[in-house]
Amino acid sequence: MPDPKANGATPDIQANTAGIRSPNPFWLASAPPTNCGEQIMRAFDAGWGGAVWKTIGEPIVNVSSRYSSIDWNGQRMMGFNNIELISDRPIEVNLREIAEVKKLYPNHAVIASLMVESKRDTWHTIVKQAEDAGSDGLELNFGCPHGMSERGMGSAVGQVPEYAEMITAWVKEVARTPVLVKLTPNISDLRAVARAAKRGGADGLSAINTINSITGIDLDTFIPRPNVDGASSHGGYCGPAVKPIALNMVQQVMSDPASALPLSGIGGIATWQDAAEFLLLGCTSVQVCTAAMHYGYRVVEDMIDGLTNWMSEKGFASLDDFRGLSLPRVTEWKHLNLNYKIVARVNEDKCIGCDLCYTACWDGAHQCIHLDRVSGPVDGHVEVHTKPAEIEGRSYSAITVTPIPKLDAVDKSQHGPYRTPLAKIPRVDETECVGCNLCSLVCPVEDCITMEQIDLGLPPESWEQRSSQYATVTVTSSGDD
Amino acid sequence: MHERFQPHPEIARRFEDLHPPFEPQSAVIEANRCLNCFDAPCTAACPTHIDVPRFIKKIASGNLRGSATTILDANILGASCARVCPVDVLCQGACVMHRHHEEPIQIGRLQRFAMDNFYQRGATLPLKVSPTRTEKVACIGAGPATLACAAELRQHGYHVSVFDRMPLPGGLNTYGVAEYKLKSADSLREVDLVRSLGVDFQVRDISSEADFAQLEAEFDIIFLAVGLGAMRKLGIPGDDHPKVVDALEFIASYKTGGRISVGNKVVVVGAGNTAIDAANAAKRLGAQDVHIIYRREERDMSAFEFEYEHARQEGIHFHWNTQIVAIHNDDGHLSSVECVNVRWNADGTYTRVPTQGFHLECHLLIPAIGQSPLLELLGKCRDLQLRHGRVVVERTTGQTTNPRYFAGGDCVNGGREVVDAVADGKRAALGIVNALKHEAAHA
Repeated sequence: MPDPKANGATPDIQANTAGIRSPNPFWLASAPPTNCGEQIMRAFDAGWGGAVWKTIGEPIVNVSSRYSSIDWNGQRMMGFNNIELISDRPIEVNLREIAEVKKLYPNHAVIASLMVESKRDTWHTIVKQAEDAGSDGLELNFGCPHGMSERGMGSAVGQVPEYAEMITAWVKEVARTPVLVKLTPNISDLRAVARAAKRGGADGLSAINTINSITGIDLDTFIPRPNVDGASSHGGYCGPAVKPIALNMVQQVMSDPASALPLSGIGGIATWQDAAEFLLLGCTSVQVCTAAMHYGYRVVEDMIDGLTNWMSEKGFASLDDFRGLSLPRVTEWKHLNLNYKIVARVNEDKCIGCDLCYTACWDGAHQCIHLDRVSGPVDGHVEVHTKPAEIEGRSYSAITVTPIPKLDAVDKSQHGPYRTPLAKIPRVDETECVGCNLCSLVCPVEDCITMEQIDLGLPPESWEQRSSQYATVTVTSSGDD
Repeated sequence: MHERFQPHPEIARRFEDLHPPFEPQSAVIEANRCLNCFDAPCTAACPTHIDVPRFIKKIASGNLRGSATTILDANILGASCARVCPVDVLCQGACVMHRHHEEPIQIGRLQRFAMDNFYQRGATLPLKVSPTRTEKVACIGAGPATLACAAELRQHGYHVSVFDRMPLPGGLNTYGVAEYKLKSADSLREVDLVRSLGVDFQVRDISSEADFAQLEAEFDIIFLAVGLGAMRKLGIPGDDHPKVVDALEFIASYKTGGRISVGNKVVVVGAGNTAIDAANAAKRLGAQDVHIIYRREERDMSAFEFEYEHARQEGIHFHWNTQIVAIHNDDGHLSSVECVNVRWNADGTYTRVPTQGFHLECHLLIPAIGQSPLLELLGKCRDLQLRHGRVVVERTTGQTTNPRYFAGGDCVNGGREVVDAVADGKRAALGIVNALKHEAAHA
């Protein structure tokens, strides 16, 4: 837990992933931002601690176009999709540039991402070449979900534990630097491949690669995006939208002793908060791509600054002080306390009267928020409630006129801002509220609806405990018969 | 289309839109800002109860046709209301964003975005019902109240004929709204939409008892939407000089009458919204100095706050507690007005302070001190009860004391906004439908 000595000192954010050291935990993921040495050197100048080179292998030919995205409520690129393949540059050019970068940036982590045919000799050759060039570690790309998988590489390997284990073992036969295996999420349980990688001798893992996706379809041409001469192909989905999926998979791997290895977390990381969450679930470093593609390398500045400030505030002196701290807080549902009860409370002073909580509770939850406060709170057994349609009906049938000063003798100084009318402030029926959180999630005002604990006066009891009790009762009663 | 009406290019140049339209992407961003409130206060605040969050979210989803029809369903004059509504005291004033310490959603501009798209795409609005009923309704006055009433009646299958003495239909929307807010051409475009629903428009002055008798014989119901009458005179010697032009006449003269200039010095009397429209227009038409003379205090002015602010930005000079006592001319040419300050007494009367008098050079004098009710005309309708010069109606139906007459708009509400006239017209249409159906059922 927090070390009081750390107060005042700048936290140390140096990272170590399976022996790959970097000045900070922020790496650029293997992708277009790490396509060449010139880019990676600019990225290091901007503050990135490491870079996983755009996957090196036999050069490919790409198509045009390659990317598509999902916008949400006017925000660009909530989710991002690509059908670009591995590096289209000759292996020797990539290797030469790795050497140049390492010469100029000896303290930054350069990890070579590799993908070649599933032949032992071919893998031996590329591993030796990458390490000879000076890379600090290797990342085996068993995750790329599009294009390469059709040629028996990428996720075609990552979806079959036996292949993943075999190739990892081949690599480990010759590797002198740490070997990370990059996992694909396009599998029913990615722990199967994580375990295989561990059996094969991997030093660490990175997760997750992109998720199979079709981002959308042009409703005028009926062609899915991205459009390549009238057709499209499934791509790999990433960006802020995938973070929750990635966090879950990271937790799965890190909570499984047969899978757990030093893990470089990937998936929708766009801010220092995102990074902190991956570290709290046990990651040793994080990899970023979409945020850098959206805003440029400069995004790392606030990632470092924000993480450092947060660590200072929390009293963490190093990444190890909080790494994995949230893992014990993720449990199976059957262990959750059934006697924990919260209810929604509305802070009247903050309520702006949008009544999104009301409509959400009526249509999406348990009908326990009411707009009946015209004459104050209703006490006692009032179970006949005005329904949403009746409330709207009243508004539509009301006669409203424009207030004209001359005709209505209205005092212009009395024009707004008005307080929220009592009739618009919702009342929560706490006896009916199940504590689902929905109202507090839809409320646009921070801290307006808070979820407060109600003491039921009962000891904690999980479903597992309760059902085992019933099982006992059943056995006893049958014994009585 | 109104081939006869061509806006003067000089007027188009000088009266650019006060509020520029949204670019498509900005509209979507603004639309996404809307919280989509339940039982939204903006909808409640709109006299026509446009489902504001619904039309805004349709902009966000790219369903612009649906957005426009949502608006038109509630308000057939959605395009002009988007431009002329005092949104600060209506929908936008009610937006919960005020309490969220954010700018309210720009509802007026979003509505305009949806409506502009609708008109750009050819403005087709199908009738919801195909069976045509036999009953006929006559609407007197072709302004906003009638347009709303007629459109709604057509949607219920009734025959509608509209009579107006002016050559162009649309009433004050065509003749009386500042051009930088609503162009006459845009008003006529809206009339064409109503015409496309099958409404018959006729240029005809209904003014005599015989005219009314004839309409009564020919039509089942008469909807009165005659508005208000001429603007009040100043009541001082010289107010019949040709360069004394009341505000509505002045506004009509540049919008549709070919006027493209005014003299250097213009004086407007009164401080209502129409006075401000006239003063701003005079400025755009080339006046160097425009003065507004108002008998009362600044705080008493009936113009909306944002209109006052706009006038100040245009450089209009305001003179409070001031009255014009004489109009001077030089060889027949209007030359100046003589003003005097007044002091208000505790009992609501006022006293002139002759020592505080001054002259203002003046080449055009524009009285804008309110319209008189059309007492003579309304007096010719049988059994019609008036109160304070306004037609008495049952609020929810628009029915007058003569059950065959319904009424709405300024002649009922004393002179409110376009949107109030639309709401009146729509309510009256539903009242007429119910009355006729009731009659048919009991015939």
